[in-house]
Amino acid sequence: MTYLIAMNDGQTRLTIILIYLGLLLFLGFFASRLFRGTRDDYLLASHSIGPFLLLMSMFGTTMTAFALVGSSGEAYKKGIGVYGMLASSSGIIHSLCFFVIGVKIYRIGRKHGYSTQIQFFRDRLDSSFIGLVLFPILVGLIIPYLLIGVMAGGGVIAVMTAGAFPEWATSGNGGIPAQYGSLLICLVVLIYVFFGGMRGTAWANAFQTTVFMVLGVVAFVMLANRLGDGDSFVDSLSRITQQVEYSKLTRANMSQTLFFTYMFIPLSVAMFPHLFQHWLTAKSANSFKVPVILHPIFIMIVWVPCVLIGVWASSLDLTNVKPNDVLAFLVNDKIGPVMGGLLSAGILAAIMSSLDSQFLCIGSIFTNDIVTHYLGKDRFSDRGQVWIARSFVIVIVAVTYVLSLQGYRSVFTMAVWCFSGFAALFPLVFAALYWRGLTVYGAFSGILAMVGSWGYLFWKSDFGANTEFALHPFGKSLPIMPVVAIFLCSLLAMVITSLITKRPSDETLAKFFKT
Amino acid sequence: MKLLIWLLVAALIIFHQDFWNWNSQTLYFGFLPIGLLYQMGVSIAAALVWWFACTFAWPAEIEDFEQEPAEKGGKA
Repeated sequence: MTYLIAMNDGQTRLTIILIYLGLLLFLGFFASRLFRGTRDDYLLASHSIGPFLLLMSMFGTTMTAFALVGSSGEAYKKGIGVYGMLASSSGIIHSLCFFVIGVKIYRIGRKHGYSTQIQFFRDRLDSSFIGLVLFPILVGLIIPYLLIGVMAGGGVIAVMTAGAFPEWATSGNGGIPAQYGSLLICLVVLIYVFFGGMRGTAWANAFQTTVFMVLGVVAFVMLANRLGDGDSFVDSLSRITQQVEYSKLTRANMSQTLFFTYMFIPLSVAMFPHLFQHWLTAKSANSFKVPVILHPIFIMIVWVPCVLIGVWASSLDLTNVKPNDVLAFLVNDKIGPVMGGLLSAGILAAIMSSLDSQFLCIGSIFTNDIVTHYLGKDRFSDRGQVWIARSFVIVIVAVTYVLSLQGYRSVFTMAVWCFSGFAALFPLVFAALYWRGLTVYGAFSGILAMVGSWGYLFWKSDFGANTEFALHPFGKSLPIMPVVAIFLCSLLAMVITSLITKRPSDETLAKFFKT
Repeated sequence: MKLLIWLLVAALIIFHQDFWNWNSQTLYFGFLPIGLLYQMGVSIAAALVWWFACTFAWPAEIEDFEQEPAEKGGKA
């Protein structure tokens, strides 16, 4: 503690961040001590995850930089409507996906021994080629999602360590430059995923979810007291709220049709490959009940404080602060360095609890769906397959890091485009589970329609640079989210093509449907 | 029971739109805008609906499956 006092504020926060990252590494190493050496254990924790860990790991995985950094940044710009637009809608739709898709995937996945989505679709549609079509699409959509985390992590470290090294101030803010912060985050996640596999990831997620939920609430209380400076906590809340302009406390600046069509975005969780893998780690189907029920409440606990902090920030003079950095800036500026360091650890926890699952899932997809599928499962021992997965995790971390150096994009906008692509694949997974009539050509058509319409609209939005991009099929006053058009293109192409092409064999259908 | 669950989910989606509080400036407890408080209520209602679904409409086929032996390995 004496040593902490001797340091400047930036160095104190940096020390706390490093201690936190060290704890994560320790957790990863500890999980690796329980590693049984098998592929099933590395990728799926030997289906040993009970209700609590499943809740924490699924929640931690779905809450990203988007939830903390993006929500506060977006609320700073648009006001309280951000909560209804994405958080409460996610509470309804995510749990719906866990209940309708997740539980059924768990049953089928356990019965047939799947580890990845592609294995399921190959068997269900009786087509090896569908895997080759899905592989680049799933990886291509996951990479922007990974970039969101890596870039936001670097940004948070840069802001939170400002002034740690005054001699660097000529080239920046005297803190760890964002690119080095991103590198640090990548290395820590890589190490605990590499050694701990899915078990390490689930434990780290549970730990990190607890950290960011607790510290998020603590940040909320401390910031309210500092910003409001009232006689009591409620008085402080009231004072700071009085300073916020009217439009930020209502949805006056928000379109009702955009608000409604945002409801399509959370459907993306049904097709997240990393979530698919988490579903298969469950010890039993009953393990799903707790996550299904508590997910909306957990979302509320995380999002309400972040949205309110973002709204309060809109009443302050933060001209030179990017919206993504609002939360980190306020914590840095208004709260003492020790608490600031702990809160930065909380923000990083939310970011890393998604990155780990995504890195691991890409390693799993490559190992299962490319290497062992085409070269033969019997050519590799269990340990060999674990090493292939680990090697691909290293490659994908390196690729993601290099891509993250290419420049700044709004966390919120990037996430929305990425989620739109996954959401438009919802009809495919739903039909695969509930509609015997889905054919392989129907699936191809749906996927290609998604890629074509997504690519066209992404191009029209200047590759995400136009953050207000929307469609206007019902006139200028009724904009809708691009995801609606992409979703409908995918759905119609899939259904129409399936109706005119040949179904999979009865033998194949019998594996997935009751006769 | 399944139909009831679907109706409840549809009701959640309709109530979530909350057009009726769109421009309301009402603050509860002096700091909580009605638009936010209402959506927090939607989150709590969602948890209750999913508790109801898990308690009364848990898929029977899942219970059957728990008794079945698992096959080993997919097509990889």
